[in-house]
Amino acid sequence: MKTGFVTAALVAATFVSLLPASSRAQQSKPWEQIPIPPLHEFKPQQPKRIVLKNGIVLFLQEDHELPFVSGSVLIPGGSRDEEPAKVGLVDLYGQAWRTSGTAKHDGDALDDILEAKAAHIETAGDDDSTALSWDSLKADQDEVYELAMDLLFHPKFSQEKLQLAQQQDATAIVRRNDNEDEIADREATRLIYGAESPYARQPELATIGAVTVKDLQAWHDRTISGKLIVSVIGDFDSSAMEARLRATFEALPAAKTAPQRHETFPGPRPGVYFINKDDVNQSNIQIVGLGTDRRNPDVPSLAMMNDVLGGGFASRLFQKIRTERGLAYAVGGGLSFAWDHPATFRIVALTQSASTVEATRLAFAELQGMTTKPITEEELKRAKDDILSTFLFRYDTKSKVLAEQVRLEFYGYPSDYLQTYRAALEKVTVADVNAAAKKYIHPDKMALLVVGNQSEIKPWLDDLKMGPIHTIDITIPQPGAQPGTSPGNAGASE
Amino acid sequence: MDKKSSRRLRSGLFALLATAICLAPAFAQDLKSFEQRITTKVLPNGLTLIVCERPEAPVFSYTTFVDAGDVNDPSGQSGLAHMFEHLAFKGTSQIGTTDYAEEKVALEKVEEANNAYEAEYLKPVGRDPEKLKALKKAFSEAQNEAHKFVIPNQFTDVAERNGAHNLNAQTGLDDTVYYWSMPENRLELWASLESSRLSDTVPREFYKERDVVLEERRMRTDSNPEGRLVEQFLATAYVAHNYGRSAVGWPSEVSQITATEAMAFHRKYYVGSNIVVSVVGDVKASEAMPVLEKYFSRVPSGPKPEEMTTVEPKQFAEKSVVIREATQPIYLEGYHRPSYRDPDDAVYDAISDIMSNGRVSRLYRSLVRDQQIAAVAEGASPFPGSKYPSLFLFIAAPIPGHTSAEMRDAIHKEIDKLKTTDVTDAELAMYKTRARADLLRGLANNQGLANALAEYQTRYGDWRELFRQLDRVDKVTKADIRRVANQVFVASNRTTAEIDTQTPAAKNGGAK
Repeated sequence: MKTGFVTAALVAATFVSLLPASSRAQQSKPWEQIPIPPLHEFKPQQPKRIVLKNGIVLFLQEDHELPFVSGSVLIPGGSRDEEPAKVGLVDLYGQAWRTSGTAKHDGDALDDILEAKAAHIETAGDDDSTALSWDSLKADQDEVYELAMDLLFHPKFSQEKLQLAQQQDATAIVRRNDNEDEIADREATRLIYGAESPYARQPELATIGAVTVKDLQAWHDRTISGKLIVSVIGDFDSSAMEARLRATFEALPAAKTAPQRHETFPGPRPGVYFINKDDVNQSNIQIVGLGTDRRNPDVPSLAMMNDVLGGGFASRLFQKIRTERGLAYAVGGGLSFAWDHPATFRIVALTQSASTVEATRLAFAELQGMTTKPITEEELKRAKDDILSTFLFRYDTKSKVLAEQVRLEFYGYPSDYLQTYRAALEKVTVADVNAAAKKYIHPDKMALLVVGNQSEIKPWLDDLKMGPIHTIDITIPQPGAQPGTSPGNAGASE
Repeated sequence: MDKKSSRRLRSGLFALLATAICLAPAFAQDLKSFEQRITTKVLPNGLTLIVCERPEAPVFSYTTFVDAGDVNDPSGQSGLAHMFEHLAFKGTSQIGTTDYAEEKVALEKVEEANNAYEAEYLKPVGRDPEKLKALKKAFSEAQNEAHKFVIPNQFTDVAERNGAHNLNAQTGLDDTVYYWSMPENRLELWASLESSRLSDTVPREFYKERDVVLEERRMRTDSNPEGRLVEQFLATAYVAHNYGRSAVGWPSEVSQITATEAMAFHRKYYVGSNIVVSVVGDVKASEAMPVLEKYFSRVPSGPKPEEMTTVEPKQFAEKSVVIREATQPIYLEGYHRPSYRDPDDAVYDAISDIMSNGRVSRLYRSLVRDQQIAAVAEGASPFPGSKYPSLFLFIAAPIPGHTSAEMRDAIHKEIDKLKTTDVTDAELAMYKTRARADLLRGLANNQGLANALAEYQTRYGDWRELFRQLDRVDKVTKADIRRVANQVFVASNRTTAEIDTQTPAAKNGGAK
């Protein structure tokens, strides 16, 4: 039962502010007199990287603070690669892989063995990868490693556990319209990428019901021969650990590289979209468009732009809609970056039904204002202070350094990416940010989605004068009359 | 099925013995190592400082732990502690203002204008709409006048421009915590910022922030099915104690909290004896302590606020809440249990662990894996707070086609087993092993450690209890679990709450 000051989901770690009070000088700023000594010298410990002949990459990061050892195998290929008729397969795979277990130890037996040691082995599916990870006390590391590798190479997918996973996912599907924020986030993503896009499509009762044990095995066989990235961290000796990993992974056949992706991202169809939810008293407003990927050289300028627009407490959106007007608790957003495909551009504001139109107008005005009220030297300085002074927190633990290196390896970025990114951030000029704002901010190309209670939204959305209001149907499709053991029949409520 | 599982449990137990042997010395070492790395000091104003040296990277995290939360909101002012927490981000007499002397006068006028407006608004008879309108206008103008002196968000701006990371605060029913992480060379700047906002809070932009908090309520409670269910559940489970009151506050009360009331809450609860500040990271106690002492001495001293007199009376009637709406079913049930200071506290933890921790837990295995009626089934204790007698909560979400009634019956079957049959040696041992390992895992995180040290220092008067709690964990027996289960899990001590799914048509049609 905690209520807080900010919603983590919406407020990025850094921000920039537009101070309207610049006309009045502040009398004194005693905090500026406090000395800031040079930071203690710090060279983050980089993991040892080893490339095996077959292309598999190992990362070893020693950390002797506590007696634990943990590791992960990252496997290319994820839900964006599923067949459209079997959307949800990777999620089911991520669950059933671990709960099924192996011929030696079924999943239930694994649970007993591991939990008694306070150890874990888990599997999971993501949009571009799947992963197997493990974690145990140092004393149990040999046994837990053996169990993890048995599961990695010899899973025995069971019908029973697939069905369990299908029930879990069917539950999520039939509940997906219960929460306003979930509806808004999902439908905004569908507007941005298109409902059938691999980055937006939804599992349905029919598509998860179509997945078989054979599908899981086939998925496993196909992806396990890809370019694996193995990373371990903890209280171990690197040379011994290297020998152990080599013994496991060196003899595998040459890793298959994933084919080049050919995708197009047209962005949303501009317009006003609405979804009615009659049990809420607050509207979830999202103004959405396409984002970009991190290879784009404009990213450093865009990072600064985001801070000014909607990054945090002093951002223009927060300042105007929350601080000045008290119209929202959660407000913010920006143009985000993914590693190998365009991410989303999203402005979000949650406001009481009656102020929906007002808050929407203000959000659009701030968005447009990025091109008509150019950012100032002072705003940029603030943005740089924020971003650069918190940069340290990207690598302040050994596990963050390791995770970063794994990520860079996975997406094919140079290992010194963080340094070059930081250098590029430092060089950003006011002209760069304003050019980026002009280039990327086109409110007329964005879509407006409102999820809220139509009977309370007064004035109604037509007051915005943005053209026709398209109602999105979010009815959950019921699969064909195929009851029986499949979870398909479950959607029918009593 | 039974035979198979008992074999598994035996092999689990065998493995456990090995674990326990190697874990114990590592643990003793840890407490010793922390003794050497932790320095505490109680300032003359009563405020306790804790510094823990952990020089892994040139950063530190802090937690300010105030022993007051929404449970302390006076009657008619629910949500006040949380409202004050928002105020603590609005700056001080130096930060966030262009001219505090003038601003102070303007803020006093805002209060006068609000009082005049409220007096008219609350008139039971004879309220004059014209006068009300004029008073509202005057109130709004007074706010605009005060706003002229405001430098918005300057406090957070200074903090974040100096590297504050994960800056936030949380108000719970029991306590309020403020926290962030920062590069170590900003320690003095942080001490200055934090001590000044605790001691020199200005009720700036209060009434706009009140609107923001009402939006927070709409988001967390009104527009969220779980939020609505839990609010009704707690309001039903408690008849006297403030744990039953909406933590974010009832709309009519939050919307009438005044800045004067928030500042009175501050004067009473934000005194040195009611605050612990902990810092963990790349800091040297010998250098940091004098700096912290200098700044945190500003916090006013004052008597530790008096303890609450209300004790929830023993429940003697089973109660239930049913919300009929279009949302999918969720089932909750709660049983009153004592506070964290009860000698059986660890027994409740053991029950919670055995019933709900992971895929080996009884509720998962029974409701999710074997009967295949639930997507989620677990227990949580204590809820919604721990400082005062609280609840042992069970929560379950049925898979499609199954009902809350099935959740209830299946949970009761598992509870009955706890009452009539001892848990196994393996289950009890597993709880103890996991409690140790989880504690150990939490030590590798500056922020987590700062929170835990401050909380244990506040709740037990000694941070060492963070480690010593394992002694209580170790002492839990199978007999304890049966005894407590029989004591607490009885129908007359139970409150249930559920969402009973109705299609919109049925609702409109007036179905029963």
